[in-house]
Amino acid sequence: MLSSYRFRRFKDKIAYVLCLLCVIIAIIPLASIIFEVIARGAPQLSLHFLTANGLEGGIGPAIQGTLILIGLTSLIGVPIGIMSGVYLAEFGGNKYASVMRTINDILTEFPSIVVGITAFSIVVVGITGSFSPLAGAAALSFIMIPIVARTTEESLKLVPTSVREAALALGLHHWKTIIRVVLPAAGQGLVTGTLLAIARIAGETAPILLTIMGNTYFFQGFNQPMDALPLRVFLNSRQPSVAVQAQAWGAALVLILIVLTLNVCVRIASRRQFRK
Amino acid sequence: MGNSEKIKTEKLNAWFGQKQALRDINLSIRANVVTAIIGPSGCGKSTLIRTLNRMHELVPGAKVSGRVLLDGKNIYDDDVDPVQIRRRVGMVFQKPNPFPTMSIYDNVAAGLKLMDAKKGPALDEVVKKCLQQASLWDEVKDDLKKPGTSLSGGQQQRLCIARALAVNPEVILMDEPCSALDPIATAKIESLIRDLSKEYTVVIVTHNMQQASRVSDYTAFLYLGELIEYGLTKDIFENPKNALTEKYITGEFG
Repeated sequence: MLSSYRFRRFKDKIAYVLCLLCVIIAIIPLASIIFEVIARGAPQLSLHFLTANGLEGGIGPAIQGTLILIGLTSLIGVPIGIMSGVYLAEFGGNKYASVMRTINDILTEFPSIVVGITAFSIVVVGITGSFSPLAGAAALSFIMIPIVARTTEESLKLVPTSVREAALALGLHHWKTIIRVVLPAAGQGLVTGTLLAIARIAGETAPILLTIMGNTYFFQGFNQPMDALPLRVFLNSRQPSVAVQAQAWGAALVLILIVLTLNVCVRIASRRQFRK
Repeated sequence: MGNSEKIKTEKLNAWFGQKQALRDINLSIRANVVTAIIGPSGCGKSTLIRTLNRMHELVPGAKVSGRVLLDGKNIYDDDVDPVQIRRRVGMVFQKPNPFPTMSIYDNVAAGLKLMDAKKGPALDEVVKKCLQQASLWDEVKDDLKKPGTSLSGGQQQRLCIARALAVNPEVILMDEPCSALDPIATAKIESLIRDLSKEYTVVIVTHNMQQASRVSDYTAFLYLGELIEYGLTKDIFENPKNALTEKYITGEFG
């Protein structure tokens, strides 16, 4: 009797230790990456490194380019994504919507290199005639829209039907109900979804590789090649010069810091939502 | 007794998908009185009042046939905009549902603000008047900027009543407005319903027979989607004509 109890306790301990081991195994690569990037990237950080152009050994153009890409992509992706999400959540009871929902889910996990090639052949070849921020933003919004649409749909569905009914019973039109009552009620969810999508596109490399090409200098115009942080990491890490490789570590650290900051913002935004 | 007819239903049928919820309801609701609709769960009480302001059709798969005459005009005619009907026939729901992102003031003002872009002192007046009518003004007059959801359940329900009054409806439909409230809050809402019937036509759904006998002038008894009996509340409770009504009133089933 007692021995079987001990045996069960022993099995319980074994299971616990196994789970703990798995967590440690999962964390080791991530922790070592972050450690390595900080160790090699931190010595690079200086005001000069962050603000000078490529010829002077800085990554200013890459930081500027990433910010421009985030802005342009959000300008295209957030309105389209939110409106798609509104359609799926508020008018999504028909078969067209369920087809769209499936396509949207596939797009969320679409190989980003294919997105890059698509934007290359349509925007770079067909419209701007050159590698350009516009082509980069087009490719990245292709990745952003499905994410924003999905999170918008999910957060709108969390708004109780009774709230919609209250507005409709007051004699408000459906569109006014959505804009003035339902969307504000889902506000925190929309912010969270948008920030997550920005964090995702800020780190994408494959689509911008084929669309903005990289540049040693600061922003040259909407139809000229531009730099961005992930691209700078990729290009510099392939160079033989140790000094140039070191810049790649610095750029990687800056990129990680940006994505990390966005994730912290997501945490804060979603925590507010749950407090309500 | 001399009150005119406000709403009249003729051969009103309603469905959810294949399931029929109302069968040939012919009911004449009088102006400026309280009409209670009673009956066991699932008998179609809520469906009936939701057909009176065209809220029923918002449920996917819901259907209506027959006529609902509001002041003699069928609200299901093709030339009628349901939005206009809902302004004339307001609604208070089972669970208090203030707009979650709006202040107490904005909740009451919502209909006028979002519809007619009304603002300023005129709007302040309406908000004050409606909160007074809903006997909530004294409790919230210093906290109008606070979120509507910060109030207690009973206060929230009175806020929802004030919100419905603000668009100046002719009829107020109430779908079990006290079922989520405690006895004290319920008593407040009941006396409020009595007051409201002086200016508005009130239709209230309730599963609480005592409540129906306390607040209403007329009572309709519904069973399995059919109107079994309708008349003065006093007659229905003291001298029901139908055996089924009597069984329900005396608590033999329900």
